[in-house]
Parts: sequence; C-alpha cells; structure tokens
Amino acid sequence: MSLILLAEQVLNGLQFGVMLFLMAAGLTLIFGVMGLINLAHGSLYMIGAFAAAGVAAATGSFLLALAASLAAAAIVGGVIELVVIRRLYQRDHLDQVLATFALILVLSEATRWAFGSFPLYLNIPPALSGSVRLPGGIEYSLYRLSLIGIGLLIALALFWLISKTRIGMRIRAGENDREMIAALGVDISKLYTVIFALGAALAGLSGALVGAIQSVQVGMGEPVLILAFVVIVIGGIGSIKGALIGAVLVGLTDTLGRVLLPPFFATFMEKSAATTVGSSLSSMLIYILMAAVLIFRPSGLYGRA
Amino acid sequence: MKRKTLSLISASIMALAGPGLAGEAVKVGMITTLSGGGAGLGIDVRDGFMLALEQAGDSGIEVVIEDDQRKPELAVQLADRMIQSDKVDVLTGIIWSNLAMAVVPAATAQGKFYLSPNAGPSALAGKGCNENYFNVAWQNDNLHEAAGAYANSAGFKNSFILAPNYPAGKDALAGYKRFFEGDLAGELYTKLGQTDYAAEIAQIRASGADSVFFFLPGGMGISFLKQYSGSGIDLPVVGPAFSFDQGILQAVGEAALGVKNTSQWNKDIDNPTNAAFVETFQAKYGRLPSLYASQGFDTANLLISAVKAADVHDADAFRAALKAADFNSTRGDFAFGPNNHPIQDIYVREVIKEGDVFTNKIIATSLKQHSDAYAAECKM
Repeated sequence: MSLILLAEQVLNGLQFGVMLFLMAAGLTLIFGVMGLINLAHGSLYMIGAFAAAGVAAATGSFLLALAASLAAAAIVGGVIELVVIRRLYQRDHLDQVLATFALILVLSEATRWAFGSFPLYLNIPPALSGSVRLPGGIEYSLYRLSLIGIGLLIALALFWLISKTRIGMRIRAGENDREMIAALGVDISKLYTVIFALGAALAGLSGALVGAIQSVQVGMGEPVLILAFVVIVIGGIGSIKGALIGAVLVGLTDTLGRVLLPPFFATFMEKSAATTVGSSLSSMLIYILMAAVLIFRPSGLYGRA
Repeated sequence: MKRKTLSLISASIMALAGPGLAGEAVKVGMITTLSGGGAGLGIDVRDGFMLALEQAGDSGIEVVIEDDQRKPELAVQLADRMIQSDKVDVLTGIIWSNLAMAVVPAATAQGKFYLSPNAGPSALAGKGCNENYFNVAWQNDNLHEAAGAYANSAGFKNSFILAPNYPAGKDALAGYKRFFEGDLAGELYTKLGQTDYAAEIAQIRASGADSVFFFLPGGMGISFLKQYSGSGIDLPVVGPAFSFDQGILQAVGEAALGVKNTSQWNKDIDNPTNAAFVETFQAKYGRLPSLYASQGFDTANLLISAVKAADVHDADAFRAALKAADFNSTRGDFAFGPNNHPIQDIYVREVIKEGDVFTNKIIATSLKQHSDAYAAECKM
C-alpha cells in the first residue's frame, strides 16, 4: 500500500471521527449534566438531515439548508425536552431508555408521514465539489476536507463555550453538583433545556453535513447513535475532550481497520477467505477498542472515576 | 387498526357482491415492510399488488396486510397469527431474504402456499425448495449473473467488486463471478448498513481496475454512488437494479446518470400489460412504479389466475394452476422452472433523465430465458 493511499485513508478516518464528535458531544453533555440516556439523539440527526434536504430543495441554498438543520433540530430538541425528557430526570435509566426509544419510533414515523417513505435528495454545494491537491500529492475531496475543518472549528467553539463563558461555568457546575447550583439560585430547568437544544442542534448539523454525501432516509440516525455511544464510553462520559479524542480514535480505527486488515490476512491466507475474515474482524474492531479501553480505564479515557 | 379496516372493507365488498359469488373468499396474508428505513420497497409491493386486485374487480380474494418492520421475529409472529387465527390460505409480501428464511419453510410445512414478490434466497431455490413455494420475482443471484454477463459483452477485463458482508451480499459476488470471465482487481465486503465509502473508493482508485461492480441495496447504494461520483474516478459502474430503482434514483440524482444496471423489468418493456400497468399505477399513486411494484402486481395477477382456475382448498389443483402461470405478466413471457422460480429475460438498463425525473431505459438483453444455478439441486 502506497504512502499516499495511507495518508488519504488517515484523512478519511479523521473526517469520520470529526463528524462522530458532533453527535457524541451532545450525547455526552446530556448524559454528563443531566444523567440522561438519550436514545432519541439519532432521531435529531435525522431531523437535521431532512430539514436540510427540504430547505435545499425549496431554496437551492446549502447555507440556508445548514441553518435550517440547526434550527429544526434545536426546536424539536427543545420541545421534546419540555414535553417528555423533563419528566425523566428523576427516573431510573431503564425508564429513560424506554421513553427515549418510544421517541425514536414516534419521530421516525412522523418524519415518514411528513416526507414520505422514499429517500430524499441532498447534494454537496457546487463550490465544495471536486477535489484539491494537498502537499505530498494527495488528491482529496474538498467537501470532506471542509467537514474536517467545520468539525474542528465547532470543537474549538465548544471548548471556549464550556471553559470561558458563564453558561459553560453553569454546565460544569451542573455536572459536579446539580442540587448545589439549584440552591445557589440558577434556574436549573432552563439550563437543562438549553443544553438539550444545543446537543440537538449539533446532531442536526452533523446529519445535514453527512446527509449531503450519504442517503437522507428514515432510520439513518440509529447506526450513528450506536457509534456515538461507543465514542462517549471510550472518551469518558461527560467529557467534551474525551468525546473528541474518542471520536477521532473510533474514526481512525474503523477506517484503517477496514483498509489494512484484509490485505494483512491475505499475506498468510487464501484471498477470498482473507477478505471475509478481514472485513468481519474490522467491523468488530471499534468494540474491541472499547473493551480494551474499559479494561485499563473503567470510566473511559477522560471520565471521572 | 389498518388490518381491521381493510378486512371490514373487503367484508363489505363481499356483502355487496351478494349471492352471485360462489364459495368463500380466498384469504391472503401479506407480511411486508411498511415502516422504517426499508418501507419504500414494501409499500411498492403492496401498492402494485392491491392495484392488480382492484383492476380485477371482484376476484374473491380477501387480503390481510401487516407490517413486519423488517424484523424476522415479528414476521414469524405475524405469519403464525395469520395462519392460526385469520385462517389465511396464501401468504405473500416479504421483502428481505432473512425474513423469508424465517417464515417460508414453516408456512409451507403447514400446507400453506407462499408467493414471493421479492426475496429469492438460494436456500429456498435449491435443496430447500418446496412445491408450495413460488417465487414470482427472481432467485437472488439472477440480476448479479446478468451483470457479470453484461461486463463480458462490454469488454471489461478487470473488475473491482464489492457487496455488504451478509448472505445476500455473498450471493451477489458469487453470481457476478459465475458469469464474469475477466480478472478481479479487488473484492471487498463492506459492513451491512455502512454509509461511508471513502476508504473503499480510495482502494478502487488505487487498484488499477477497469470497471466496478457493486451490490449495495437501498441507502447504502445512494451513499456509495454520491461519494463515487464526487471522487473523480470515471471507471464504468455496473450493478443490479436494487440500487437504481425508481424509489431511490431521485435521491441519487445526477450521480447515477449513465450507469448500467440489470433488471428483469423496466417500464419500457413493450407489451400491453406493462403499458397499462405503468399508466394506471402512475395515475393512482402519483409516482412511477419501481421493479418492486411490478413484482407485487405480477404476484397478484398470478394469484388471481390460479383462483379463477382452481379451488384453493384443493391443494393439488391450485398448485398446478399456479405452476401454469397463466397470467399476463408485465415482463411479457413468464414461466416457472422446475423449482418454482421464474425463467425470464434479464435486461441491461441505463439511467437517464426524462424531464425532471431520473429513470431507466432498456439498452440490451443480458440473459435470455434465464433460470438459476440451483434448480438442479431441487427435488420435489
């Protein structure tokens, strides 16, 4: 395998990881601050993609589509927090899983009812299509490169928000001791709604960004949701930094595993058997990574013990 | 609820039809996927099926429809309930091979008829064939075999082939390789449900292939084609119709234009049944039919022809009536082989744009009067 191909695959892994981060960031905040397991996070990803596809079809503008994905996911997120999620904070995790699983079914069927059963069209904007030549002679898709850039920018903005602003201070305080900050006069329920809507908006944005190169269809969020859970378990629940590192680790492991394992087995096995074994093992690789991390750090890379 | 309404409607139709109707109605249980990500396929099969019944007028057939949500365990429960409490005579509707494997053997073992409007796993075509199981669509390998045959005629010498890592994906690559005479530049199994193909596309670029064959049904195919066309690789792509059906082409858009794909049906097959089907389907549902809709339509017409010819409770006579396949198919000639799977022509289609709509046009016949590789193993 040539070095250029390997470098391209590392970029692919990075891009995949950065998009996972957008999903995982909201999930880890919601779990860390409110102690809530939100299975419906994947539905918010789907809602973002559908909102973007709808607006892009109506206006032809990708920027408006992205704005719509942020707004739609944040609004839906805010509403379900007010109507459903709010009643779950005091309940145990099983109740939360049941209720948010019900939300997946409700939101999926509502989306199908509104947009129909067939996948929607959403494409990348002409300005970002095509590829660019990177130093070292790597030809890489401009859109995927932009995804990496957008993802890293959002990660920076989140770090700033959490470490430098008043709301970030309250989020950190909420993670440490919910009763205490309520006692200090912070309106905790408003804070929860804001965090939930913020996480939802990030999921929606990532749905729209990824939807442009994938398929916008009902149920698109659930596979990503599972990966996002793997990411936050690896990174440590509640930690944004952990989510970023975990997401990039998962992205790189998954992509490089898919690329490197089949040829590795082919060095000592018959070719088609090597393909089968290699691809089966590569699809397990991130779970093996997760298990390995948990053996050495039971609360994840950056989780509090 | 839906089930109740439907049986209510059919019951009232029966009541209105009055005493003119001889005997009791034939009960059909349709188990298909009507919710979740794969719902487009089940909805097309159902709509095609119901359109044929509606056009036949009073055919003495009563249909119970249930949604399997693409879950094998749910499909099994639905089948049990339909057989035991609804007392259906015939089952149909399943889209996915894994669901068919869970339901069909048990249903035929209880003496029920099963007409498959879509799935055709190899296990049910060879050693596991059954005299009460009729496949009206294709054996799973068929369209991939046709793609391999087309690749030869197109002069491809070195193909890169990929499919998801599950039984139907392995059947697909096996089917392509059975007919393709050139070499393989690469062979890849991707994760089922995978939506990012950047890593695979980079490997295709580096492989030195002169063509790409892929079987990635539904959303996987949409993602692959969009990413492939954005990657700047201009190798010709060929695949089975499942990634190019009417339901998903609009979501792929320009990226699919010009791609060759293989199918046993297209809307431009020239016969009166097909022309009428395409026109009435579009008039009733406001969209172009897909191959799944044509399969649902043919399945219903096969059933109607058998119900007219024989009593469903006389299993031998009814089976013979099904086997005769005495109906006008949207595909033109249609006959069953020894294992109750179709013998039919398979075409090469090209994706074109008609006005604002992306659709397919037949450009050649890939395999004539094609049966399947497993018929010889079937003993019944």
